[in-house]
Amino acid sequence: MLRFLNAWIGPFQEFLLLAGRAFKNLFRSPHYYDDVFIQMDIIGVGSLVIVLLTGFFSGAIIALQMARALNTYGASSQTGTIVSLTLVRELGPVLTALLVAGRNASGIASELGSMKVTEQIDAMRALGTDPIQKLVTPRLTATAIMLPALTVVADAIGSVGAYLVSVPLLHIVASSQYWSTFWRALVLNDLAQGLIKPFLFGMIISLVGCFYGLQTTGGTQGVGRATTQAVVTASIWIFVVTFFIDKIFVNL
Amino acid sequence: MPEGSILDFCNVSLQYEDVWALKDVCLTLNPGETRIIFGEAGSGKTTLLKAVIGLIPVDKGQIKVFGEDITAMKETELFGLRSRAGIVFQEGGLFDSLTVGENVEYPLVNRQTVEHGNGTQDGGNVEGRVRDTLRFVELEHTYDKFPSEISGGMRRRVGIARAIVTEPPLVLYDSPTAGLDPITANTIMALIAKERDVRNSASLIVTHRYQDGELMAGFRYDREHEELVPVTDERDPRRNRTKFIVMKEGGIVFFGTHEELETSNDPYVRHFIKHEE
Repeated sequence: MLRFLNAWIGPFQEFLLLAGRAFKNLFRSPHYYDDVFIQMDIIGVGSLVIVLLTGFFSGAIIALQMARALNTYGASSQTGTIVSLTLVRELGPVLTALLVAGRNASGIASELGSMKVTEQIDAMRALGTDPIQKLVTPRLTATAIMLPALTVVADAIGSVGAYLVSVPLLHIVASSQYWSTFWRALVLNDLAQGLIKPFLFGMIISLVGCFYGLQTTGGTQGVGRATTQAVVTASIWIFVVTFFIDKIFVNL
Repeated sequence: MPEGSILDFCNVSLQYEDVWALKDVCLTLNPGETRIIFGEAGSGKTTLLKAVIGLIPVDKGQIKVFGEDITAMKETELFGLRSRAGIVFQEGGLFDSLTVGENVEYPLVNRQTVEHGNGTQDGGNVEGRVRDTLRFVELEHTYDKFPSEISGGMRRRVGIARAIVTEPPLVLYDSPTAGLDPITANTIMALIAKERDVRNSASLIVTHRYQDGELMAGFRYDREHEELVPVTDERDPRRNRTKFIVMKEGGIVFFGTHEELETSNDPYVRHFIKHEE
C-alpha cells in the first residue's frame, strides 16, 4: 500500500516542484521572449486548422441533435440558447483543450523526452542555461495565452456551424432569432468560466507535457511512453478540473 | 589547497544505495594541466566529471571550481559558473534542431542572455567568433549543416568547438574518442592538445584509450609549424602537467605521471596500460 502511494505521491510532488519553478521563472531573468513567440506559433497558429474544423462540426452536431429534441417540446426557437451555453461553457473549452492536449502535450513530451535521452538537457544545464527557464516557462506562457484564444475561435466557428444547420439547412429557427437568443443566453458567469477553463487547461497541458518529457528515461521507447502518458494524464486532468470549476461556478 | 587552482576536490563522496559512485575523491587542477581519467565502466569517471560543474550533487566533501565552493550552491546559482566551463559530452550532446553554427553560437548567446536578462543577441562579432572556433576544429564548411548531416567524428569536433568557443579556463571531456576509428580519434586528441597549449586551459579527460593519455602527456602543439610535436626533453616541465588517474568503484586507486603509470605493478592499473584498440 505504501509503495503504491509512493508511486503516486512521488511523481506528483515532482510535478508540483516543476510547476513551482516554472511559475517562479516568470518573474526572474533571463526571459526567453523569442521562445515564447515560437511556441505561440507552434501551439496556437499550428492548432488553428484542427480547432476550426472541430469547432465548426461540434456546433453543427449540437444544432442537429438539439433541433430534434427541442422540436419535441416545441421549443426549437431556443436552439441559439442551447448552442451558446453548451459551446461557451463546456464543449468549446474542453474539446479545444483535448485537441491541443493530443497535439501539443504529446509534441512537448516527445521533444523534451528526445532531448533528455540524447543528453541535450544535460548539455543545456552544463552550458549554463536553466532548462526550466528556457524550455518549460516559454511553453507554459505560450499555451496559457493561446488556448483561451483558440477556444474563442472554436466557440465562434461553432456558433456559425450551428447557425448553418439550424437556419439554412433545417429552417427550425429564424436567423435573427438564432443570433439574438445566442447572445442573450450568455452572462458574465458563462464567459468567465469559458475563459478561465482554457487558461487553466493551457497550464496543465504544457506542464504535464514538460513534466513527462523531462522525466523520460530508457531511450526511444521511453520517449514513446512519455508521450502517451502526457496525453492520457493531461486529458484526465482536463476533465477533473472541468468538474471542479463547474462545481464552483454552479454555486456562484 | 594551492592558490589559483581551477579545480579542487576534497574528500568528495557520493553513494547510490549500496554502490559508491565517488568515494573520498581528492583532486587538484591548475591552469594548463591535464588529468586523464581511466577506469572500468561504472567506476565513477563520468560521475566525477559531472560533479565538477554540479550536474550531479554529491553527498559529502567539498568541490571548489574557480575558487567557489559549488557544493553549497543552488542549481540556479550554478548556471553562471557553468557558463565559464566547457564540457564535451560522450555523444556530443549537440542540439539536433539547431545548425552547427547555432550550436557553437549557443554558449556566446547564452552568456549575453544571462548578462542582459533576455534572449536577444547583439549579433556583432558573435558570428566571427563562431567561424573562428569552427575553423580551429577545421569544420567551418559545416556552419549551416544540421548535426544529423555530419559524421560522428565531426559531431564530436563540433562538441569541442561549442565547449571552447567562450575560451573557458576549464574544459571537461567525457570519452571524446569513444566509438571512433583510430584516425578520427587521433585528430580529436590533437585538437584537445592544441586547445590546451594555445589557450593554456585546464582539462579533465575521461577516456578508455591509453593512446589518448600518451598523446596528451608526450606531445605539445607547435604553433610555428601548426602540428603536434613530441616533448623530448626529460626535464621539460610540460612532461609533468599531464597526470593520470585510475578509478575503481568510485575511488582513485592510482594518481601519477605517465612514467609512474607505466611502471605501476597494480594489476588493475596495468589493465589500462595494456589496453589497446
